[in-house]
Amino acid sequence: MNQTVVSYLAQYEFFDFLVNLFGKNQSLLSFLIYLIFALLIVGMCATIGGLGTYAERKISADIQARIGPNRVGPYGLLQFLADGVKMIVKEDVMPFSADKMLFYLAPILCLVGVFATLAVLPFAGGFIMTDLNVGIFYLVAISSLVGVGVFLGGYASNSKWSMLGGMRGASQIISYEIPVTISILAITLLAGGMGFGTIVGSQGGLPHQWFLLHNPFAFIAFFVYFVGALAETNRAPFDLPEAESELVSGYHTEYTGMRFGFFALAEYIEVFVVCGVAAALFLGGYNIPGLKLDLLPLQAVQFTVFMTKTLALYYVVIWVRWTFPRLRVDQLMSICWKYLTPISIFNLVGCAIWMVAFNGKSIADIIFGGH
Amino acid sequence: MLPAQFDGLMPVVIFMALAILLFVGGHFLSVLLAPKKPSLLKSTPYECGEQPVGSAWSMFNVRFYVVGLIFIIFDVESVLMFPVASIFKELNQMGQGTYALLIFLSFISVLIEGIAYCWRKGDLDWVKSFQASLKKETK
Repeated sequence: MNQTVVSYLAQYEFFDFLVNLFGKNQSLLSFLIYLIFALLIVGMCATIGGLGTYAERKISADIQARIGPNRVGPYGLLQFLADGVKMIVKEDVMPFSADKMLFYLAPILCLVGVFATLAVLPFAGGFIMTDLNVGIFYLVAISSLVGVGVFLGGYASNSKWSMLGGMRGASQIISYEIPVTISILAITLLAGGMGFGTIVGSQGGLPHQWFLLHNPFAFIAFFVYFVGALAETNRAPFDLPEAESELVSGYHTEYTGMRFGFFALAEYIEVFVVCGVAAALFLGGYNIPGLKLDLLPLQAVQFTVFMTKTLALYYVVIWVRWTFPRLRVDQLMSICWKYLTPISIFNLVGCAIWMVAFNGKSIADIIFGGH
Repeated sequence: MLPAQFDGLMPVVIFMALAILLFVGGHFLSVLLAPKKPSLLKSTPYECGEQPVGSAWSMFNVRFYVVGLIFIIFDVESVLMFPVASIFKELNQMGQGTYALLIFLSFISVLIEGIAYCWRKGDLDWVKSFQASLKKETK
């Protein structure tokens, strides 16, 4: 059976009390625990998504030598709440020629695709909702729902800008899925499993034990993954589906109020998820240097380590957005198919040969003579 | 009741349900609080202030279709490689590494062959130049 939050808590004595309390309704107990943790994670990620919009504006202001939002709350920190309230009280407009059912369905698909990935994200050793043994595979599969949502959003609006944005979005997301998937394959090869517990567990806390520095091919694979992930989340320099200067607002041109808000929320949480996956796969995840224990008090430290890595990557994503100009659509495709895909296949082959040639040892092990 | 091996899948369902609930809840709030003054002009698709001409559901560049086709090929191949990749380490420790590597490489070579074919045919270029294909034929 997979490791879950419930099975982790069940190791401890206080859990027996709960088990006795619920008697025969054991599945109700696990459902309640899952629900509490799911609400915690969703609340946290929604806040991070909201603060992401704030961080985006503040960092861009910093880069462009402006002040940025500073009116609502201390340092403008509550700006995202004000934006949320504004979106709720805005009138909902739908084009009369739109496909109504798909128009409603598109933001739901985006949200479902993003939220479902949160179930396998390893926040800490015990604080991973469910450590599916096909973890990363599940994540890649379910997050492609976002692509469907983007395309449907563009199609259902029946507006030319939206249609162009949706088409571009679909082709971009599916194209960049290939280098991302193959880079993840290289890490699966090194870790010997697809579950996040296995992948993070086979790395260590110190940088030389991370998969990033395991071998040169994994090092390149990290950058391929990161560039591909930027494109998959429609972040600049790959934000062609919503390119303001040519497509008005791309696939969500016709979306107003709450429905637009959900698209934005899904996008910001997806960036967080993608950064979290990068941190877990390449940067050692929640491992604390020198410690390999799974005790309850350590969970908070592990959580902090994981969040620090993830948010550092989040900063890089925003930094990239305000530094590089947008690509042209033909450049976008040639970067994906002519550069990233061959490079990622090369990395995969390299990792496989490395595994056989050096018996799975990392560079540091070879140089310093580790296990 | 579901058997025990589905217990690990419960969070997945919970998260999906939460996403839908969040959407429904937000939508409900906006129905309660937002003004409702519909008019024909408001609900015309946005086209920079012009009256939209025709539907947006029209014919579209065939390149998108080709990209979709190439994606399907590569996606299926990478999906097929996942099981091999996840037991590769185990095989290596059992001393079957070279054998597994050869099989793995022969499978990847099919993938490389596919991308080389698409590249040669010019399907990886976004603008498949008509003149370039003419030149090839005259050679």
